Amino acid sequence: LLSQQLRLNERDLHDTTVTDGSSFNASMQTSPASMINQYKFEEDAEDTKDIFVTVDNPESHVTAIETYITYRVVTKTTRSEFDSSEFEVRRRYQDFLWLKGRLEEAHPTLIVHPLPEKFVVKGMVERFNEDFIETRRRALHRFLNKIAEHPIFSSSEDFKIFLTAAPGELTSYKKQGPGFLSRMGETVKAVAAAVRGVRNRPQEFTEMQEYVEAFSQKISSLDKVTQRIVREQKEYLEELKECGPTYALWSQSEEELAEPLKDVAGCVDRCCKETEEQVKNLNDNLIPVLHEYALCTDTLKAVLRRRDNIQADFEAKTEALATKKADRDTMRDDLDKAEDRLEWANNALKSDWTRWQKDMRTDLRSAFVDTAERNVNYYEKCLAVWESFLHSQRTDAEGNGNVDFS
Amino acid sequence: SARVMPTQERKLFSSTLFHKIFKAHTSLSLKKCKGCLYKISTSMVEKGTSLLKMMEISVAEAEKRTGKNAVNMQETYTVYLIETRPVDAASEGTNPVPDSLWRRYSEFELLRNYLLVTYPFSVVPPLPEKRAEFVWHKLSADNMDPDFVERRRVGLENFLLRVASHPDLSSDKIFYSFLTEENGWKETVFETGFQAKADSRLKALNATFRVKNPDKRFAEMKHYGDELQSVISQLLRVRARAADRLYGVYKVHGNYGRVFSEWSAIEKEMGDGLQSAGHHMDAYAASVDDILEEEEHYADQLKEYLFYADALRAVCRKHELTQYELEMAAQDLTSKKQQREELATGTIRTFSLKGMTSKLFGQETPEQREAKVKMLETQIEEGEELVKERNTECEEFVKSAWVDIERFKEQKDHDLREALISYAIMQISMCKKGIQVWNNAKECFSKM
Repeated sequence: LLSQQLRLNERDLHDTTVTDGSSFNASMQTSPASMINQYKFEEDAEDTKDIFVTVDNPESHVTAIETYITYRVVTKTTRSEFDSSEFEVRRRYQDFLWLKGRLEEAHPTLIVHPLPEKFVVKGMVERFNEDFIETRRRALHRFLNKIAEHPIFSSSEDFKIFLTAAPGELTSYKKQGPGFLSRMGETVKAVAAAVRGVRNRPQEFTEMQEYVEAFSQKISSLDKVTQRIVREQKEYLEELKECGPTYALWSQSEEELAEPLKDVAGCVDRCCKETEEQVKNLNDNLIPVLHEYALCTDTLKAVLRRRDNIQADFEAKTEALATKKADRDTMRDDLDKAEDRLEWANNALKSDWTRWQKDMRTDLRSAFVDTAERNVNYYEKCLAVWESFLHSQRTDAEGNGNVDFS
Repeated sequence: SARVMPTQERKLFSSTLFHKIFKAHTSLSLKKCKGCLYKISTSMVEKGTSLLKMMEISVAEAEKRTGKNAVNMQETYTVYLIETRPVDAASEGTNPVPDSLWRRYSEFELLRNYLLVTYPFSVVPPLPEKRAEFVWHKLSADNMDPDFVERRRVGLENFLLRVASHPDLSSDKIFYSFLTEENGWKETVFETGFQAKADSRLKALNATFRVKNPDKRFAEMKHYGDELQSVISQLLRVRARAADRLYGVYKVHGNYGRVFSEWSAIEKEMGDGLQSAGHHMDAYAASVDDILEEEEHYADQLKEYLFYADALRAVCRKHELTQYELEMAAQDLTSKKQQREELATGTIRTFSLKGMTSKLFGQETPEQREAKVKMLETQIEEGEELVKERNTECEEFVKSAWVDIERFKEQKDHDLREALISYAIMQISMCKKGIQVWNNAKECFSKM
C-alpha cells in the first residue's frame, strides 16, 4: 500500500496536466518519509506541540469601497519548515475562507473543522457588533488550532503561507493554483459523478453516513435546547431584577423590618448578578461548541459525498474499460489512477474519522463538564449569599433574645 | 403558623400535634419549640380568657358538597371541618374524639363581618383570599382546584387561630358558638342586630367626609396601610412572574434528558455517560415543582399581611368616622349656643332665614322668643350630652385601637421577619439541590 502511495506521488510530480481531475496540487509535495507518518497520526496527537497559534485583537479597517475586520494571528513554532520562530500577521475572514477551501481541495476526504458562519442569519446582529466579533474571533482561534493539531493539515504549505506571509505575498499566492478552467472541470466531473451515483459503497461508509445523519439531528437539538435555556434564563433574569428593588422600596416604610428587608433586597440583587454571569457562560462556552459540531456535520456529509464521487468515478472507469474497445491503454492508466485515488481517499477518511470522533468526544465532554461545573459554582455562590443573610438574622435575633433557632 | 415550615415538616405538624405544642406555648416556655409561632406576646395569653388556653382548634378537612341554593339552583361548594378539643383532655393523654362541625367559606365571612362591626377598634385578622390572585401559569385559578382548597383550609385555620389568640376577639360568644354550635348559628348572629349597624356604618364609611383635626398617628397609620398594601401587591406580582420563568428554565432542561438518551443510542464509548447524565437532567427538571410549591406558602404569608393592611386601614377609617361624628356634634352644639345668644341679646350675628323673615315681616312676640330659647336650651343640653358621649367614645376608641395597633405592629414585625427567614431557607434548599444535581451530572459527563 505504501509503495503504491509512493508511486502515485512520483507520477504526480511529473504530471503537469490536471485535466483528469486528480486533486493533488503543489501543496502536496511531501516526501515519502513523511508519508509514512501520515498513518501514525493518532499517536502524534498527544505528543508535544511544536506550534502555537492565537487569534486576537480585532481591528476594523475602512476603505473607500468597504469596511472590514482583521484579526491578529500570532504563531510561535520550533518547526524547521518555518524560517523563524515567531510570526505576526493580520488576516480577515476571507483569508480564513480561502485557507479552508484550499485544504478541502487538497484533501477531499479529510475533515476540516468548520469556520464560523459568514453572518448570523437569525436576529438583528450586525457584522460589527462587539459580541459577534468576539464570538467569531474565538471560533477562528479554534479553527486555526484544529488545523495546527491536525497531522496532515498542519504541514500544509497553504497553512504555512497563511500564518507567515505578508499581505502582499498572500494576495499574489492566492492568485496561483488551479485556474478557473480546471476548477470548472472539477465541478463538471463532480456533478457527473453525483448523477452516476455509487454502486457498491462499502458497509462501513454507509454506517458512517447513518451515524452522521443521526448525530446531526442530536447535535442540532442540543444546540436548540441550549439556546432555549438561555432565552428562558434571560426572561427569568428580567423578572428577578424587579424583586430586589421592590424589597428595598418596602424597607422604606418599615422600622423594625427595614434592616432584614434591605438585606433580602441585597441578596436578590447579588443572585441576579450570578444569574447574569451564568447566562454569559452558556453563551460563551457551551453554545459555540455545540454550534461548531452542528456545522461539522455538514462537513462530514460533504466528505462522504466526495468519497462517494471518487468511488463513482472509479466504477465508471471500470465499466468503460470493460465495454469500450479503443484507447484501452490510456483507459487502463486512468483506471489505475482512479483506483489509487479511491484507496487513498478511503484510508484517509477512515483515519481522519477515528481522529474526528476522538476529538468530538473530548470537546463535547469537556464542554458539558465545564457547563456542569459552572452551574455548581452558580448555586454555591447563591447559597453563600442566602446563608450569610440567615447568619446575620440569627446573630440579630439571639442578640435581642427573641428567638431560639436550635 | 404551620405554613412557615417546609413541606416535610408540615406533615409532622398536623392540626392536633400542632396544638399540643401550641399549648406548651401558653405556659410561656417558647424556647424549646421548633417551627411554630415562635413568640406570643405574653399580654395576649394572660389577658382575659384567650380561648386557645382552653381549647385546641383546627380546620382538619375540606369536602365538596352539592345542594340547592337560595334560588333553588344546584350548586357545588366546599365545606370545612372545624375540630375543637378541650386542652386538658389532650394533656391527660386520653385523646378523646374532638367535637366537630362543618362550615362554608361564606359563614367565615359572616363571622368576620360581625367581628368588624362589633370590635371596630380591633385589627381583625383577614380571611384567605376569596379567589386565587397573583397566580403564575401552572397554578390553577379555579376555586375547586384541590391545591387551592388545601391552601384555603390552612388559611381558614390560621384565621381561627389568630382570632382565638386575640385579647379581645377570643372571648366573643358568637365566635365561640361558631366553633361549637353547628345549627342555628347564623340566626344567632343576625339576632345581634349587627347587620343594621353594619349597614349604617358602611354607608358612613363610604361617604366622603373631611375631618377638621385629624389625629396624626392614625393618619400616619392609614398611610402606612396604603403603602404596605401597594408594595406587597407589587412583590406578589413580581414574584409570580419570576416563578413562572423559573419553571420554564427548569423544565427545558428536561429536553436535555430526552436528547442525551437518544444520542447515547448511537454512541459507543459515550453512551453510558450520556444516558446517566440524562437522568440527572430529568431530575433537575422535576425538582422545580416542589420548589415552587414551597414558594406558594411564602406567597400566602405575604398575602395574609396584604389583607391585614386592609384591616388596619379599616380601623383608621373608623377612627376618622368617630372623630368626624364628634366634630359634627361639637359644631352643632356651638351653632345652637350661638343661636341662643343671639336670641337672648337680640343681635343677629349669623344669618338665618327665620331672622330675615322676622325682620321683614315683623319681630316675633316675646312669648315666641321665650319658647324658642327654651327649645334651644333643651337642645343644647342634649347636644352637650351627645358631645360628651361622642368624646368618650372617641377617647375610648383611640385608646383601644392604639393598643391593638401596637400589638399588631409587633405581630407583623415578628411574622414577616420569620417569613423572610423561611424564604432564605427555601432558597438555600433550592441551591443545595442544584449543587447536588449538577455535581452528579458533572460526574456522568466526565465519564463520556
